[in-house]
Amino acid sequence: MGHFVPHTDAEIDAMLEFMGLSSLDELFAVVPEGLRLAVGEDGEGGGGQAGPRHLDIPDGLSEPDVAAEMEHLAARNAVGAELLCFAGGGAYDHEVPATVRRVAMRSEFVTAYTPYQPEVAQGVLQALFEYQTMLARLTGVEIANASLYDGASACVEAVNLAAAATGRSTAWVSRGVNPNWRDVVRTFAAGSGHEVVEVDLHDGVTRWPDTATATSSGDRTQQPGAVVVQYPNYLGCLEDLAGARRLADELGALLVVAFDPVAAGLLHSPGSLGADVVVGEGQPFGTPLSFGGPYLGLFSCRKDHVRRLPGRLVGETVDTEGRRAYVTTLRTREQDIRREKASSNVCTNQTLIAVCCAVQLAWLGTTGLRELALRCARGTRYAREALLRLDGVEPLVGTPVLREFAVRLPVPAEMAVERMADEGFLAGIALGDEYGVGLLVAVTERRTRDQIDAYAAALEKVIR
Amino acid sequence: MTAPLAGVPAAGGRATSAPLMGRDEEPTLFELSSPGRSAWSFRTTNLPEWDAAELVPAEHLRSEPAPIADASERDLVAHFTRLTHRQYSVDLGAYPLGSCTMKYNPKLCDDAASLPGLTGAHPATPAHLAQGWLELLADLADRLCRITGMHDATLQPPAGAAGELTGLLLMRAWHAEAGRQRTKVIIPDSAHGTNPASVTLGGYQTVTVPSDDRGCVDLAALRERLDEDVAGIMLTNPNTLGLFEEDIAEMATAVHEVGGLLYYDGANLNAILGVTRPGDMGFDIVHMNLHKTFAVPHGGGGPGAGPVAVSERLAPYLPGPLPERGEDGEYRWRMPERSIGRVHSWHGNALALARAYSYILANGADGLRRVAEVAVLNANWLRHRLRASYDVPFDRPNMHELVVSTTSLKKASGLRALDVAKRLLEEGFHAPTVYFPLIVDEALMIEPTETESPQTLEALAQALERIGASPEGAKEAPRTTPVGRVDEARAARRLIPTWDARPLAATDAAAEHMQAPSARY
Repeated sequence: MGHFVPHTDAEIDAMLEFMGLSSLDELFAVVPEGLRLAVGEDGEGGGGQAGPRHLDIPDGLSEPDVAAEMEHLAARNAVGAELLCFAGGGAYDHEVPATVRRVAMRSEFVTAYTPYQPEVAQGVLQALFEYQTMLARLTGVEIANASLYDGASACVEAVNLAAAATGRSTAWVSRGVNPNWRDVVRTFAAGSGHEVVEVDLHDGVTRWPDTATATSSGDRTQQPGAVVVQYPNYLGCLEDLAGARRLADELGALLVVAFDPVAAGLLHSPGSLGADVVVGEGQPFGTPLSFGGPYLGLFSCRKDHVRRLPGRLVGETVDTEGRRAYVTTLRTREQDIRREKASSNVCTNQTLIAVCCAVQLAWLGTTGLRELALRCARGTRYAREALLRLDGVEPLVGTPVLREFAVRLPVPAEMAVERMADEGFLAGIALGDEYGVGLLVAVTERRTRDQIDAYAAALEKVIR
Repeated sequence: MTAPLAGVPAAGGRATSAPLMGRDEEPTLFELSSPGRSAWSFRTTNLPEWDAAELVPAEHLRSEPAPIADASERDLVAHFTRLTHRQYSVDLGAYPLGSCTMKYNPKLCDDAASLPGLTGAHPATPAHLAQGWLELLADLADRLCRITGMHDATLQPPAGAAGELTGLLLMRAWHAEAGRQRTKVIIPDSAHGTNPASVTLGGYQTVTVPSDDRGCVDLAALRERLDEDVAGIMLTNPNTLGLFEEDIAEMATAVHEVGGLLYYDGANLNAILGVTRPGDMGFDIVHMNLHKTFAVPHGGGGPGAGPVAVSERLAPYLPGPLPERGEDGEYRWRMPERSIGRVHSWHGNALALARAYSYILANGADGLRRVAEVAVLNANWLRHRLRASYDVPFDRPNMHELVVSTTSLKKASGLRALDVAKRLLEEGFHAPTVYFPLIVDEALMIEPTETESPQTLEALAQALERIGASPEGAKEAPRTTPVGRVDEARAARRLIPTWDARPLAATDAAAEHMQAPSARY
């Protein structure tokens, strides 16, 4: 039985009496009898011709019993020191400082909903305004929305925006874009009717098709409306964004850049290199690995596209007395107003995760963000060099990398991951065939020299 | 007439908020910044301290650090704490926002979702090392199927709208497999806005079916719209007026007869937990909003979770991979044979799923039925209680929410639904949903939920009565909140979406002022 309904039996009786009813069951008289469930396991009187149906799950547990159950499940996952994390691929083991846990998890942020009544929601609205500002500064384009679900959904919305802006439904998507995100883009393209053309990598970076063939085909609608590239890409390689910009210009397409917000501490911003839309995964800022969610879809774009921006946008305004205030704005873009004419159906997003991100970015600040990126880069280089010293381990690609790196092993990567787990390491992600067989390794600021040395020693053992 | 709460103690747990604190304008982080200040600290790693120039090729290396903000830990903790004082929330008081099910979020679920064994797991962890997570997800999917009367489920969709689109893509894949090219999806005129938006993104055209004078789908009108070009229908039951669609079995038969599918929008599932199931009503596809029905806190606008459950014939199309228990008791990932593909980067909003799972464990079959009973009791009691002071356009037994209207009050004194909403904020309550559903004039959609006590409901009713009886000053409300009524038109006209856009907007405004002063005043 639940513990969260305050009413006493006497109170329920008084309420029923006021309505002229004598039992709670009478409240459900509008539900046809044949559709009603019986109460209790051997209940009668419901279920219709198929026999008595009932809600076939166990009865409720007390709080400590639930806690014991959850602890039992949690204990059956290998985490932390048991399985030291060297995996990335869009989910990274960064430090989440106490400040983020204590501040962003305050119940005023946690138990509110979408700020439909701005007069009592200035807390969430201002935090989102600050999040939007910091994200715009980081991406180098003017507008950032108040969040999407994850990196994949941000990619989908970017392709949709580009298609609407250019009137062309084809997207060229680099295979350097996270394969799970590309899978999601393909899934949703089945509904939107977009054609997704995947473009191969050559030595770790995208080799775009010859634009002459694309532009000479005559039918401009077959040309891409979006060119999508990741920076650094899935293999950690640094793509040529200026080249991608020139390509997009030749094709008349928008340049969509999936950026890494941590590496951005050292790299030119995608906006400064010509991106029209910048998307990414915000999990590294303030969200633990969490088995993949809730994460944070980062979405920003140039201001020319603000009327096509998916999701919510917070803007500054004033109240009746001229005091500074914040409100969700350009609401006429949104699904609840545009209905079937809407270009996105996003309603509930990931606001709390955006607030976590805002607190973490404030905690890092201008100097801390650069320091974080630098520390990740140092660890990555140190680990890569340590692995490449092992017999039989070779770089998968020769292009310079940041954030992650891929190596070719003398044994199948799945087997290495399996055996490394016995040694206490989550060795990385075994790459799919499209990249050539290899292991993708990520090193964050949490990994020490000793841990990396131990990882390399264990790998030497398991590939022998 | 019987007293609304005969014999019930007056002081028995009234959840309203005194006017929120925090009436002073809070500077932004950027105003609080002082260059050189910082809060960060990192682990000692003993790694070589290579320079950025040694790590990043020159053509990629940024010359200046990305400007973020510069605050000490103490500054930023005070800043965000002051922001929380300018924010209403469920933990503070009642939040009767119709259709959003703003019930109390049990704290045991917060603790459950904070366990290091859950938060610390990388999503690419091999299945044999994440057995706890796979079991949790598989068992949650199983319980959700039992609650909804469906066969199998995906937990990937991260929100209700994502669940809707996933469901429509399942519908599309199922028809395509049979070689059918259908183009239309039917939606009632009372539907949530996400429904038609999702239909469009699913590649279908929306056909609207009107409601009848009882507030339910007009069955005859539905039959007229059904043909071999209809892929399916999306329904919310109970619907957005809080009314149970009593003809649901007839509707299901009619839709199935033309080869269409029935989609259940689970926004209002809270009303029927343990009472009836969408699967028994004839639905083929069901999405649930775990943040509504199963108490995942709404987070100021997310994260939620929007799992989709389906009947047996649609199960092969589900997004994958799905967690599954093998005969040896081990859990593994399985890709359904005709899967439409992934709809999330990983496995969905996993920690939100863990919260919902702990909520289902705590409530169980008996507790969930109690949830529905008291949610429906509270909403019906309020309908009876408010009858004398507000219009009730469909004054018949409702489920978990009710829609009242200020049509008469507007005629008498000019009081509009928006004014009532703003006055309620002064009374210490969050406002109901206003101007929805679209088919009701001056609508106030009230969903008390099961977790508000009768005393809280009585206080809410009295506040609404006061507002209706003394409408003077309502246009100036709210006056006791951190800010007064906000100028939304100005926000859209002079867009300031970031701190850095302010000087620009000021210039624009000056130009606008010089060019067309008369247009502005």
